[in-house]
Amino acid sequence: MTQPFPFSAIVGQEEMKRAMVLTAVDPTIGGVLVFGDRGTGKSTAVRALASLLPSIETVEGCAYNCAPGANPCPMCEARETRKTVTRPTPVIDLPLGATEDRVCGALDLEKALTLGQKSFEPGLLARAHRGYLYIDEVNLLEDHIVDLLLDVAASGENVVEREGLSVRHPARFVLVGSGNPEEGELRPQLLDRFGLSVEVASPDTLEDRIEVIKRRDAYETARETFLPKWQRKDAALRKDILAARARLGDVATPDAMLADCAQLCLTLGSDGLRGELTLLRAARALAAFEGKDAIDRSHLRRIAPSALRHRLRRDPLDEAGSTARVGRIVDEVLTA
Amino acid sequence: MSGAASAWSLAVAALRLWSVDPSGLGGLVVRARHGPVREAYMALARAWCPRPWTDITPDVPDGTLFGGIDLGATLAAGRPVHSMGLLNERNRMISLTGAERMRPALAARLALGLDAHRGHGMLAWDEGSEEDAAPPQALTARLAFHVDLRDVRWTDTLETGAPEDAPPPAAAPLPVSDQSDEIARIMTIAAGFGVDDPRAALFCLSAARAHARLAHRSHIAEEDLAQAATLVLLPRATRVPNLDTSQDPPPPPPPSTPDGETEDQHDALESQSQSPPLDLTLEAIAARVPENLLDQLRAQAARARLPQAPSGGGQGQRQQGNRRGRPLPPRPGRPDGRARVDLVATLRAAAPWQRLRRRSLPEGQDARGVLVRATDLRLRRVETRSDRVLIFSVDASGSTALSRLAEAKGAIELLLAQAYARRDHVALIAFRGQRAEVLLPPTRSLVQAKRRLASLPGGGGTPLADGLRSAFELARQTWGRGMTPSLAVLTDGKANIALDGGADRVRAQGDVEAWATAIRTQAIPAIVIDTANRPQARARALSDAIGGTYLPLPRADASRLSSAIGTVLEPR
Repeated sequence: MTQPFPFSAIVGQEEMKRAMVLTAVDPTIGGVLVFGDRGTGKSTAVRALASLLPSIETVEGCAYNCAPGANPCPMCEARETRKTVTRPTPVIDLPLGATEDRVCGALDLEKALTLGQKSFEPGLLARAHRGYLYIDEVNLLEDHIVDLLLDVAASGENVVEREGLSVRHPARFVLVGSGNPEEGELRPQLLDRFGLSVEVASPDTLEDRIEVIKRRDAYETARETFLPKWQRKDAALRKDILAARARLGDVATPDAMLADCAQLCLTLGSDGLRGELTLLRAARALAAFEGKDAIDRSHLRRIAPSALRHRLRRDPLDEAGSTARVGRIVDEVLTA
Repeated sequence: MSGAASAWSLAVAALRLWSVDPSGLGGLVVRARHGPVREAYMALARAWCPRPWTDITPDVPDGTLFGGIDLGATLAAGRPVHSMGLLNERNRMISLTGAERMRPALAARLALGLDAHRGHGMLAWDEGSEEDAAPPQALTARLAFHVDLRDVRWTDTLETGAPEDAPPPAAAPLPVSDQSDEIARIMTIAAGFGVDDPRAALFCLSAARAHARLAHRSHIAEEDLAQAATLVLLPRATRVPNLDTSQDPPPPPPPSTPDGETEDQHDALESQSQSPPLDLTLEAIAARVPENLLDQLRAQAARARLPQAPSGGGQGQRQQGNRRGRPLPPRPGRPDGRARVDLVATLRAAAPWQRLRRRSLPEGQDARGVLVRATDLRLRRVETRSDRVLIFSVDASGSTALSRLAEAKGAIELLLAQAYARRDHVALIAFRGQRAEVLLPPTRSLVQAKRRLASLPGGGGTPLADGLRSAFELARQTWGRGMTPSLAVLTDGKANIALDGGADRVRAQGDVEAWATAIRTQAIPAIVIDTANRPQARARALSDAIGGTYLPLPRADASRLSSAIGTVLEPR
């Protein structure tokens, strides 16, 4: 497998990179939605992040990426001996127009037709367990696939009941979606499922643009010298992420911060409580990543736009966009 | 050199560069109809890129692309037979015919294949006419060259580019060196032409390298950049660079012609001279900009705005799918990843033959289980209800603008909000001055609709006939995509511009009646909203001719209007 573009070599796009790092620190934040122009490094960032993360331990030959200690999946249950192997954190592409069969798994036609056995062939959801599920152009995804993803992402479990099969297996993954809002909008139900949302744009200075092309070109033509240069930075980032994961449980959450979270969501009028929860988790992950012992307002301030901008009740005729609204209200609430 | 001939030599130059680095440059999008020109180009491509070529169409099944079980062979052999899949192999040349019919799903898959860097190259044939949708950008952004062969005559193809004069073997890849200057220059040129996609800049760099390799240079010279920018950036231009026209006359552009062969002669000359400053290169390329580039850009932009062929959620359902909806009788076929096998129907089809098949089995072969043959396979089919699209055709002429354009806009905004709630699609056509214009093809993106509507200016004549014609054609198009159109015409009915743009009330009225009848014969549900200050007999006559409902725009009460429209269009 070719080495993906290094995460630390991505020019700019700080908000997107921060959001992705936070999901690596705390996967329960629940996925990232990246909206923006073509060619702004959305898919590059996802692939780069996964290759930066430490490998996962799993049972050898298991199609569901089971953790060795966890509840065994149907496949592992049948196994006599379970050998532990390590695999890189999976990143699974969900291509636009993928069928339900491919996503959640289906009857294994091969076995059904040749051996006459009824068996289950795991789909993309199984392969994405404990990793990342990346959907490009998520806003063009067909509605029934979106429904399916919603269900699985919420329950962390994929249940297949069809063609005489009855299978359930764990499928906990970080959903990363990207798309271009001009081409179509995403249903609010799915929007809400994403923990963080970021908006990316092409770099607006000529210098940045030149730097983007330079690095990308160096990656393609002079890989041997380019990769080692950045791998050190990536390694440092990996260490920070691992340290943050270890520290995550110890980060204190002062009551004042809880009140701030609630006040923010209340003022913004976001639906449900998912906003508060995500805001809190993301702020905690950010504090842990920065090596702090407790959440403070600066964390909330920085993470609030990503955590809340897609949860506002949409005013279809509002021109200003939700980013501006969130920014205004964050200023109001947090300086009070 | 005539314009068409240079179009051909540009196309040949692009092919020559591509043959140096087929996978690094991705490939070509070629806009051409069937004909000898296209045949000549294809022959050239095959001769210059002598690798295994595979032809695919937009209906290519997933199995062909990604591999999988070869069902026919599997059933015949009684053991699983796998096929490798085009995209999983290496260094394949793919020729895709009918790229404009491609669904975004296929574009996404092909993009996945190209991004995997397995050495694939692709030649996508865009056979679309002006009105058809363009191939999805997800694919075209990953192909370096966009070539247009529509204006090339066959005689032009005889001048250059015979299959036997293949490009000379290219030099080895350029030594790795710091190319910051070249990159900076490319970015400046790209910015000048309004090309934002970083992929285009990368392709431009690769193309410049390929050009240098063909000329056996060890560095990128000025003409390499110029040629690469002409081939890669110019077709993607969104604007003509604003060159500084100061008092001194512009310096003569560097002697570079689009024809690759003559360029080598300038090589010695060029390398001696100093690198010209940035804007010189830009000017040199701008000098190659065809006269009518602006018009072309506009046509391109309009084409790009047309929605792609139907996909799922974003763009309306096909009326016959295979996933959900009311079941239809299953049909025979092979599962291709898009349709699901109807197991019961398959078994039912296989059942009558079991005894015969068992008897005809060769001795010793396992005769247990159900013997299924490829011909037994049945696929599940279902029918879904199509999405609705509401087409607004808005009179923005001077007569309306004076009185009630603002009110009409307000009413439409309310309707847009309702359409959003119902997940309907909306489209917006405005007619003023000489012609009607599709401001917004069917979309669910409310933000766009809102923006386009807000910036809609008023004034000029009333080309009502053209407004009806555009609405009718758009309705037909959306029909083709499996949506159900309804039409709302907002006008005062005072047509004074005929279809051909002439100011002639009598002919204008005749054209209006003709198109109104056309709409009625297609039974498109329609409503005519009279935007005149007082209800006009003309508008009422129009609504009768269209076979729709007539509604005078209630004064200063947009919500009443929208509820009225709602009741007219709701029960279909």
